[in-house]
Amino acid sequence: MEAAQILKPESSPKIPDFGAGDTVRVNFRIREGDRERIQAFQGVVIRRQNGSGPSANFTVRRVAGGGVGVERIFPLYSPLIDSLEVTRRGAVRRAKLYYLRGLQGRAARIKEKTLPRRPRGQAAGS
Amino acid sequence: MLRGFLGKKVGMSRVFREDGRVVPVTMIQAGPCSITQIKTNDTDGYEAVQLGFDPVKKLNRPKAGHFKGNPLTRYLREVKADDVSEFTLGQQIKVDIFEPGEMVDVIGKSKGRGFAGVMKRHGFGGGPRTHGQSDRARAPGSIGGGTTPGKVFKGLKMAGHMGNARITVKNLEVVQVDPERNLIFLKGGVPGAPNGLLLIRRTGKTASRGN
Repeated sequence: MEAAQILKPESSPKIPDFGAGDTVRVNFRIREGDRERIQAFQGVVIRRQNGSGPSANFTVRRVAGGGVGVERIFPLYSPLIDSLEVTRRGAVRRAKLYYLRGLQGRAARIKEKTLPRRPRGQAAGS
Repeated sequence: MLRGFLGKKVGMSRVFREDGRVVPVTMIQAGPCSITQIKTNDTDGYEAVQLGFDPVKKLNRPKAGHFKGNPLTRYLREVKADDVSEFTLGQQIKVDIFEPGEMVDVIGKSKGRGFAGVMKRHGFGGGPRTHGQSDRARAPGSIGGGTTPGKVFKGLKMAGHMGNARITVKNLEVVQVDPERNLIFLKGGVPGAPNGLLLIRRTGKTASRGN
């Protein structure tokens, strides 16, 4: 029996397809005493790590007030992720966007990805 | 109740608890085991059950004869049982004898490391790398006094064969049991390489919650 196959997480509907460069909003469940609330963390995904297994995780970077960069690492299949929305698709040319850490303001912008043009003769989808 | 069970290491992974905490787990393909022999006070002077694990198609004649027509298995190991009379020859036993939250010990054969030096084998610090040292980086240092005591004490930690030994890891928590796929998930690591035979021993203890 292969180790990698055993704990293959089912693709969950609450996690859409996303990748580095995308701007996402992670709705994360937070416990405060015995009260639970949802905290959103919005920023650019600067990397996805460890493939598709249960260890998969991703890092979201956001520049908080005062120009302080905040990065949070979320386990992709954490039960504490209530939902995840992709708010913007980014067009980037590498998988790990560590270079963003050294950039500020206008330089740290990411171009928005335009949908690839469909080949001729094929009906355009929704 | 059976005191032990047999399995094969599959590998490690992780599992999420409901509160979001990650638990590192070892996946073990455990059982199904068949009862191949029952030892009783009358015939053997003690009570135990012999388990067969990992079915094979063929065995040599003397070995196959031991199974008395029951399915052949690669491994045979004896484990204790509280009451041998509840078992019958050829009976199949599955992992569902374990329950999540239970603590178990796991016995396996560690990976062989060959002739290992003192840093790898005993965790020595080695010597200084700089200040004009030439060949002391992984050396053991002093191994004792001079004329008094005039000998090297027995049991002194030195280089030598490491691994490939029977190792017991105690108190691993059962995180999940999957009787359909014959899998058991234990919290933490387990000795040996994937596909190595493991003996899972019950302790009768349960995990204390809240950690």
